[in-house]
Amino acid sequence: MAAVIRFESLSKTYRSGDVEVHAVRDVSFEVQAGEFVAIMGASGSGKSTMMNILGCLDQPTSGRYLLDGIDVSQLGRDALADIRNQKLGFVFQGFNLLSRTSALENVELPLMYARSPQSAKELHGRALTALETVGLGGRAGHHPNQLSGGQQQRVAIARALVNEPALLLADEPTGNLDSRTSIEIMETFQTLNERGMTIVMVTHEHDIALFTKRNVVMRDGVIVSDIRVPQRSVARDELRRLDAATKTAQLAP
Amino acid sequence: MKLAATFRIALRALRRNKMRSVLTMLGIIIGVGAVIAMVGIGNGARAQVETQIASLGKNMILIFSGSTTSSGVRTGWGSAGTLKIEDAEAIAREIPTVASVSPEIRSTAQVAAGNQNWLTQLLGEGPDYFEMRQWEIAAGATFTEQEVRAASKVAVIGRTTATQLFGSADPVGQVIRVKNVPFLITGLLKPKGMSLMGSDQDDVVIVPYTTAMKRLTGDVKLRSINVQAVSAKSLPQTQQQITALLRQRHRIASGMDDDFTVRGQQEIAEMATATSKILTYLLGAIAFVSLLVGGIGIMNIMLVSVTERTREIGIRMAVGAHGRDILLQFLVEAVTLGCLGGVLGIGLGYAASEIISRLTDWPTTIPLFMVFLSFTFSAVIGIAFGLYPAWKAAALNPIDALRYE
Ligand SMILES: Nc1ncnc2c1ncn2[C@@H]1O[C@H](COP(=O)(O)OP(=O)(O)O)[C@@H](O)[C@H]1O
Ligand SMILES: [Mg+2]
Repeated sequence: MAAVIRFESLSKTYRSGDVEVHAVRDVSFEVQAGEFVAIMGASGSGKSTMMNILGCLDQPTSGRYLLDGIDVSQLGRDALADIRNQKLGFVFQGFNLLSRTSALENVELPLMYARSPQSAKELHGRALTALETVGLGGRAGHHPNQLSGGQQQRVAIARALVNEPALLLADEPTGNLDSRTSIEIMETFQTLNERGMTIVMVTHEHDIALFTKRNVVMRDGVIVSDIRVPQRSVARDELRRLDAATKTAQLAP
Repeated sequence: MKLAATFRIALRALRRNKMRSVLTMLGIIIGVGAVIAMVGIGNGARAQVETQIASLGKNMILIFSGSTTSSGVRTGWGSAGTLKIEDAEAIAREIPTVASVSPEIRSTAQVAAGNQNWLTQLLGEGPDYFEMRQWEIAAGATFTEQEVRAASKVAVIGRTTATQLFGSADPVGQVIRVKNVPFLITGLLKPKGMSLMGSDQDDVVIVPYTTAMKRLTGDVKLRSINVQAVSAKSLPQTQQQITALLRQRHRIASGMDDDFTVRGQQEIAEMATATSKILTYLLGAIAFVSLLVGGIGIMNIMLVSVTERTREIGIRMAVGAHGRDILLQFLVEAVTLGCLGGVLGIGLGYAASEIISRLTDWPTTIPLFMVFLSFTFSAVIGIAFGLYPAWKAAALNPIDALRYE
């Protein structure tokens, strides 16, 4: 079976004036269908740069990026937009929701730009289903400023899922969230992964990376380690343990 | 994306900044308003002038005593008193293209009937005057050639004067006193309305010019002579011949200015409409500048809007919007601004021309195609000035737009 993602000697160089920053240098790696990968590394090691290229938001300076066997580096703007719309779901650290727009409409956004037109009713139905998947069916009419950080990130995840992409990409999805909310997001990711979705996410937190199946560590734009997670954490169990601990704390005098 | 959804997004964006949107539209509103008002006023003035020209009569030439060109300064028409009865007779006799002639004397006079008094316009005219001006009689009859020759004390009065002196009673057969001279009213004229100069033509008492000279003014000079040419085609030729004849009769050496003024009907109408033309041009200039400023205003606000919403653009692109979708979104917003401004401007223009119509008594009319044209033009301005900002938004790179702070 072909890899979902295949980087071949991929590099990205930023040039600002005379200064050249080699954010990603000659990286080759593959992700197979059904994997759940965490990309780790210190700040400035090139994680976001890699994610943006993975998400077809940015183009590599050199090398090839094959997505589902298609050389994405050769595609034009509109073709890339269609790939982002159909094949990928992207979750950002800062949520990137449209403010003053309801959760439901935020989730509808990718459907509105889908090339196959749908009725408004279909749109609502699918967006609502996606919101229910992330446990926010009851908050469809809420605006982002009426939702907690965790809830906003769930809306963003619902938006990423609404076109039923094969690949979910997330750049530090828990970076702005407290630890319990982070684990809840990981629970959602684990559930999605169990259902067959390929997920690649960036995190610099080790305990978060332990919820994934594979950890790729970057330093100065190169991959320095790529290991299978030996002992995965299960988010559902972690949450139960946290609940128990809270109860004990409350019972104590 | 569907156009309906694009419109919804644009409307919502505009509603979010209500004040800003309205201020942006102001240029378009004023511009379109001025265009509509201009057309309304222009049309009204033209219609008014046309009825007034018609009310002058057909193929009329007016000869005033006094020059309009001496040392470039216009001395009042009819003030110099250089025209004589003999001039009028000579014109009638010697110029073949002249159909009829009526010498004219004009003054204001206090007239009385019973215990009613009224200050009115007194005209001394020839017997053909009423036919020349196509001024019909409502009751009674006009005075005759014999009555003119005999300088009879008969009068034909206008509707306004009749109402002032007799109320709703029939004035024909009644006697009015002008400067203590009794006149028998032989006829009542049909109303003619406002003159080109804006005076009430029906506020008038018309008597034979002979009677006016003998009994009232004691003068032998005429204020003016009304001449009717046989056809519209012969008007210029007739005017030239009148000028030549009068110069000869008045012994004016070549190179010297005329001591009279000959004006065709059309020239008089044109002079009278000069003010409304100036008003039209002024409004036209305001309209043009406003529309230009309005367009630039739209462009400015759209550029600000694109900058403000760079992240939004990034988000839309990240989830699959094509450049075309973004372009359309901002273009629709600009066009909506233009069209909305156009609609409000049309309303403003209607209101303005209605007010002016009330103030001036001009029947302002605004043709429907002008409304469509203004609306379309507003939309075009929206497109023209929205295109660059929209294109700028569409050309953004998704990742740069997302990174924008
Ligand atoms: N738009 C940019 N222009 C110039 N340099 C950049 C830009 N984005 C990132 N970089 C540089 O590239 C390197 C990698 O950045 P990034 O991929 O954001 O790292 P990480 O996400 O791992 O913190 C850093 O040195 C950063 O300064
Ligand atoms: Mg980063």
